[in-house]
Formats: sequence, C-alpha cells, structure tokens
Amino acid sequence: MSAAGGYRSSRSRREARAGLAFITPALALIAVFFVVPVVVGFLLAATDFDIYAVGDLATARFVGLGNFAALFHDPVFWKALGNTFYFVLVGGPLSVAVSLAAALLVNARLVRFKGLFRTVYFAPVVTTMVAVAVVWRYLYHPRFGLLNQLLALGGLGPVNWLGDPRWAMPAVILMAVWKNFGYNMIIFVAGLQSVPATIYEAARVDGAGPWRQFRHLTLPALRPMLVFVGVITMVGYFQLFTEPYVMTNGGGPLNATLSIVMYMYKQGFRWWNIGFGAAVALVLFLIILAGTLVQLRLQKGRE
Amino acid sequence: MRRWPALIGVHLALGIVAVATLLPFLWMLSASLMPAGEASQWPPSFLPSRPTLSNYRALFHRLDLGRCFLNSAFVAVVSTALALLIVSLAGYAFAKLHFPGRSRIYRALLTAMVIPAQVAMLPLFLLLREVGLVNTYWGVIIPALAPVFGIFMVRQYALSLPDELLDAARVDGAGEFTIYRKLVFPLLRPILVTFGVFSFIGAWNDFMWPLIVLTDDRKYTLPVALANLIGEHAQDIELMMAGSVLTVLPVLVLFLALQRTYVEGLTMGGVKE
Repeated sequence: MSAAGGYRSSRSRREARAGLAFITPALALIAVFFVVPVVVGFLLAATDFDIYAVGDLATARFVGLGNFAALFHDPVFWKALGNTFYFVLVGGPLSVAVSLAAALLVNARLVRFKGLFRTVYFAPVVTTMVAVAVVWRYLYHPRFGLLNQLLALGGLGPVNWLGDPRWAMPAVILMAVWKNFGYNMIIFVAGLQSVPATIYEAARVDGAGPWRQFRHLTLPALRPMLVFVGVITMVGYFQLFTEPYVMTNGGGPLNATLSIVMYMYKQGFRWWNIGFGAAVALVLFLIILAGTLVQLRLQKGRE
Repeated sequence: MRRWPALIGVHLALGIVAVATLLPFLWMLSASLMPAGEASQWPPSFLPSRPTLSNYRALFHRLDLGRCFLNSAFVAVVSTALALLIVSLAGYAFAKLHFPGRSRIYRALLTAMVIPAQVAMLPLFLLLREVGLVNTYWGVIIPALAPVFGIFMVRQYALSLPDELLDAARVDGAGEFTIYRKLVFPLLRPILVTFGVFSFIGAWNDFMWPLIVLTDDRKYTLPVALANLIGEHAQDIELMMAGSVLTVLPVLVLFLALQRTYVEGLTMGGVKE
C-alpha cells in the first residue's frame, strides 16, 4: 500500500469519527427527548396509566385496545374530532387561498412599496399566539368589540362571536387565517419570482388574458410550493390548541371549539388519564400521517 | 393610460388588507394606554381620551410581570445559544463529513418530522418528572435543543461550502474540531443568524410545553403568565392589552430589525427541494 493511500484512509477514518462525534449531541437529544417518549407513548396508549400510576407504577395495567374502544364510544371525542376537521378543512384551504391572493397582489408588476406590504402582512406570523388571541378575544366582544362596531356601520350584527356555538369556530378560523396567511404568502412570492417575466410577455403577445396566464403559467409554476404549503398548513392546523385555550376558555361554548389536542391536554394533563391521553395523541398522529400521504399522493397523481 | 384603474385597484386591495392586518395591533396599543374601564365604555372610542402608562405600571409593580419577562428572555436566549451550537455541528457534519450511515440517519430524521410533538408530550412529562426537571427552566429548554428543521437549514447551506478549503486546512494539519470552530462556523454565519432569529422567536412564543412543565407562577414565561392572567382579569381589558404589548414587542422588534434574513430563511424549505 502506498504512503498516500495510507494517509488518505487514516484521514477518512478521522473524518468519520469527527462526523459521528458532531452529530452525537443532536442525536442523543432527539433519541432521549423525542424517540423514546414517542415509543413509550405507543406503549402507554395500551395501558390504563393514571394518577395512581404516577405514584406507583405497579398499579398501571395493560388494557390492549381498551382505550381506543372507550375513545370511540365517547361523544366528546367525536365532537373534538369533528371540530378539528372543521378547522382544518375550512381554515386550511381558506388560509392557502388568502395567501395566494395576497402573494399575487404583492407581486403584481405595478405595485409600489412591495417590501412594506410584505412586512406588514408577515407581522402577525411572528407575534405571540397567546397575546394575539387575547387581543382577538376583545375584538370579538359582542358589545364593545371592534368587529361588531364595524359590522354595525354596515347595519349588520351584533354577532356573539365567541359565545354562540355556531359562530365560535368561524371566529377562531378568521383569527387563525389572519395570523398565518403571511407565512404561506412569502413562500408563494418566492415561487412567483422564480418564474421568468419573459414567459408572461410571450403569453401576452399570444393573446392570453390574465386568467389564462394564471391558470396555465402561474399555477403550474407554483405546484411545488402548493404541496409544501398544503402539508405545512394542514399539519399546523391539526394541532389547534392555543386559540381555544385563550379565547374560549378551553374549547367552549358547549365544546364548539374543543380540538383534539385540547381534548388530549385535558385528559392527560388535567385529569391525569395518561394512558387515555396517549391514545388520543396516537389518533392525532395517524390522522396527520394519513393527511400528509393523501396530499402527496394527490399531487403525484396530477403530474 | 388604461393602466391607471388597475394600478389604483391593486393598491386599494393591498391597502385594505394592510389595514385589516394592522388594526388588531393598533387597537391593542391604543387600549393599553387607556385609563381603566375606558375600553368597555359605550359608545366605545378607538383612541385613549387621556393616554396613561398606569396599566404598564400595574403589570410591573402589582402583577410582577417583569419577572416573567426575564424568565422568557432567559429561556429564549439560552435555548437559542445552545441550539445554535448543536444544530451547526450536526448540519455541517451531515453536509460535509463522510461517515457510515450518514444519509440513512439524515433521512430518518427528516421522516420523524411527520410525528407531531404532542405524541411525545405525556411520556416526556413523566420522564422529566423522574429526573426532577418538572417546574424548571431546563425542563422547558432541553427537549427542544435539537430541532430537525434547524439541522436541515444548516445542512442545505453548508453543502455550498467549498471542499478545497476544508481539504487545505486538513493538509495543514488542522484537526476536525478546529476546522469547524475556526473555518466552518464563521462561514455558516448567515444561516446561523437566520436560524437564531427563528429559534428565539419560536422559544419566546411557545405556549403549550411551558404551560405543561411550569407549575409555579413565579417561573411562568410571558405567554403562560398572560394566559393565566386572563382567567382573573378578563374584565380589565386595558391591563390585558398592556400585557399583550409587553409580550409581542420583543419579537416584533427583532423581526423588524432582521426581517430580511428571517424571510430568506423561510423560503429555503419550500423552494430548494
């Protein structure tokens, strides 16, 4: 073996050792604080682990799929599941549509102060959810709230936004869309800017109107971003928690804004039905996984 | 000339959306400066009749929210500093150092991102309880120190570092950690600033996990304290608005100061794949 070869192999061994050493802190943290808890969560979901088991592990018993059977017989669980799907299926597409419209507006050729508008629209994204939920709780106040005052100008209302079970979820959706449309907008704008302007000029010369340009040039160019934004938004919306915690005292009125995560939080951390709560978390995971796979499959099918 | 209607229409639409976006913030600021009770008077007014800082004084003197502000600052600064170190080491290694199993481990990490954090929360709480980290700042900080999206961000950026530079340093006899510390870390600066802003804002705004871990109200972070406050002070609109201003101000200022880096980092995930 040549000296150079020996040198190279000892160097690559050193490099491999360094590489493994460099990823060790991250891997160790992820293993201890994520992988192990997730695995334990799967196991817990098959037990009746509760407040007594927190004190004495021996009192926890294996119940197999018992938690899931109990879950599927609990009308509150179905209510929470229905609410969460309402929030995801109405709020998600609404958020993506508003983001796309805002991106097209901000990115229009004639627009002045693009940067300023982008910054303004993005501001709600970075602000603390708890704080803006507190603000919106008062904006929705049936008597003094700004929203009802504005509606009154148009001769509408007053709407008891957070007190009426029919209006509470729409109110939460409106606030959530306000909070997060700027995030998706930024991603769409980046996508729009990657389309060369010359293509649009060519389309105009060929007599394509704005709608046909949007339909046949813009949308196909945005396809990868639509997948990304669709998945990210869906996953985020499935985790609804802070808004009902702050705005509707944990899911009211009459459980109209009770979400899956809120249900898990109450079962697990308020009533210490830990095994049961772990089963709820598992259901959430399976739904998110299925939703992600469906979106990816749909996009692949269309290509 | 026929461009004028379109020009006005587009700007009008943009303006309306901008007002709708800003109005909640403006009302929050305005109501926080109102004397107690004015925000719930009829007819309601948008601006304070006599602007006052009394709500802010009450927050700091009576409710000790200054302490919670420092709690939040501690948690956000410490977790960001440690995460920067951990994420930059791992991201660089996944991009540039060859070791067995590299691509398999990296793909496993990305795949794990589909699992929502809530699945780990109950067992994690029991684990922290065993090791005595419940109701401590470290219980809030440690579980979030190795975010996979951060490793992803750094790796994407580190891929563009020139191999010749690293090899030259090796030929000169520099050890791998020295190369990371003296050469790679400075070169990664732009992406680390972006990740740092992400991490700080995320830690500052985080609610569910601190709510679960912290049980003593002297240890509450600002979001937890604010959510707790609305239980007792729901009628004190002006006070709650002052608390909201205090909570959002640091992240809003940070965002405005570093918005370019922040927004550029945001688009990496969506576009580069």
